[in-house]
Amino acid sequence: MSHSPTHRRLPGTLQFLLTTFLVVWLVMAAVPFLWTLWGSFKVEGDFFSKADWTNALTGELTIAETGGAFTGQGYYGAWVQEEFWRAVMNSAIVCFFVVTISLTCSTLAGYALSRSTYNYAFWLLIAALIFRAMPPITLVSGYLLPFFEWNLWGHLSTTIIVLVAINQPFSLWMMTSFFRNIPKDLDESAMVDGCNRFQAFRHVILPVMWPGVITTGLFSFLLAYNDFAVTALLLDKENQTMIPKIASFLGTTQTKGNVMFAVAAVISATAPLFVLIMFFQRQIVSGLTAGAVKG
Amino acid sequence: MKHGTFLTFVAPSLLAMILLIVFPVVSVIIQSFHAQHEQVIEMVESCGPFGCSETATINQEATEALREAEPLGRFVGFDNYVNRGHLAFAELGEAWRSSDTWGEWWTKVMNLPFYSAIVFTLTFTFIVTPLTIALGFAIAVAVNASVQKIRGPLIFISLLPFIINPIVGSLVLFWMVDARGILGQLIQWIAADPDLSVKASTPMMWIMLMVYGIWHSAPFAFVVFYAGLQTINQDTNEAAMIDGANRWQRVRYVTIPHIMPLVTFVALIQLMDNFRVFEPLISFSAEAHAQSLSTYILSDLTGETVLYNSAAATSMLTVICVGILLFPVLVRTWRDFKRA
Repeated sequence: MSHSPTHRRLPGTLQFLLTTFLVVWLVMAAVPFLWTLWGSFKVEGDFFSKADWTNALTGELTIAETGGAFTGQGYYGAWVQEEFWRAVMNSAIVCFFVVTISLTCSTLAGYALSRSTYNYAFWLLIAALIFRAMPPITLVSGYLLPFFEWNLWGHLSTTIIVLVAINQPFSLWMMTSFFRNIPKDLDESAMVDGCNRFQAFRHVILPVMWPGVITTGLFSFLLAYNDFAVTALLLDKENQTMIPKIASFLGTTQTKGNVMFAVAAVISATAPLFVLIMFFQRQIVSGLTAGAVKG
Repeated sequence: MKHGTFLTFVAPSLLAMILLIVFPVVSVIIQSFHAQHEQVIEMVESCGPFGCSETATINQEATEALREAEPLGRFVGFDNYVNRGHLAFAELGEAWRSSDTWGEWWTKVMNLPFYSAIVFTLTFTFIVTPLTIALGFAIAVAVNASVQKIRGPLIFISLLPFIINPIVGSLVLFWMVDARGILGQLIQWIAADPDLSVKASTPMMWIMLMVYGIWHSAPFAFVVFYAGLQTINQDTNEAAMIDGANRWQRVRYVTIPHIMPLVTFVALIQLMDNFRVFEPLISFSAEAHAQSLSTYILSDLTGETVLYNSAAATSMLTVICVGILLFPVLVRTWRDFKRA
């Protein structure tokens, strides 16, 4: 936006302060992950080093115990011994279905909400806002008893449907604000030409809605991938997803002295997100600001 | 759009929300007014060498059968809400009468689980929200002042703490502040106390949880403010400069008014998100030092004996608190809607 560089130039001290601050922030944001990534290839004695913190970098005990400066013990323990791959598979299934079902529902509803001028559309959005504000765990306490009674508890499919529902309020807001930016004239002129609402949606809106769908899909994915409250309480030990699995590592392995399993699992669960931000940074940023621009 | 068409379009989404958000809330309300059936007591006459006496014993089978047949339990009205685990009016009054100083009373109140949870939750919400906004704004200004070319990577790194799973992010931080971790040792070195441990101290735990909260949400505030800074009208800025406004005045009278609606937006989202603070307390294994409303519900649901009714009552109180928190926003949205 800045055409003339003159007023962009800051005085030296201010520029220096801002740069220093920025470097400090970047260190705070990135180093914890780099530190853990590096440490995940060490043994516990190095990752948690009472003797000397530099051991975590050089890996003295790792060399003493395994012969090399890096070891894959943590990853072997997590993936093979504790069968973390099962959790990864379950997470993949849950995420895939949550994203597809949730997007289908919220795209249709978001389109209708953006085109309706009646009061009830407003109230539906307000209700969604309230639902969005409720902690998921309050809903979970409502699910448990009926789900036990009706034998719905512990299935991946139940969890998927629950996550789709919890996801709806947020997706509705996002899709609605997105569809509002697509001019009404577009589908209305199609209807003048003889299309009905569904045909107009199918032939005119569908081809131009993908940027919004992708952005909303990303956030639905993040919600499903990151959820803990629902998956931890509604899933069996047998079909846990990644995040509750990591949390359960802490209970069982900290006592065994194998906290490194959890460290390796944490890095394994973070890697896909890392790639996700790399490819979809623009969409994530536009999604985060979508609600704000409207005010 | 016609009513019928509208309904067809929203039906799947609406059905999902009614079945799995509205009904569970109803289920929570119903559960919160019930309690598990009491144990079935039978009077048994036992005769020994010294004559016969009547003793009360618990009929396990009958108890099990009754609880099995009516898992919802018996209706108890508002009992769940006023018992010691929740609003605890009796205990509050008792503490009030028996305490001589405010401090003493406060200690007693903080021993009541619901009050300690709500005090932590509110403290967390109202400290983390403004600090997140401040830090996010500072990062936005700093990134905005940097060279155009490196902004992409800067945003990428800045997004990490926000996108990463909260359980994972807080675990990573927790391992670093462990007494044997790098930050933990740094803290010990600064405080010159080799036994200092975040795990063992309540104030330290609260501070760490809030530091995590700010670290986690600052990127969100940053992205929103950064986008806002891109859309500042440069003509206004230049006009202000020509009128002799200095840098500070331009920030005060051009930038801040432009950013203000975004601050409201971020504050609203942050209030909602911080109020349900949950994952960091799990990762930090903080239950001995800090309990939020969400973890209080969790501990009722995962304890040795599952207390559905207690969890339901806490859930209802939490939802009511969310309503109070959102009320000003709802009123404003309604006014805007009426005006439009």
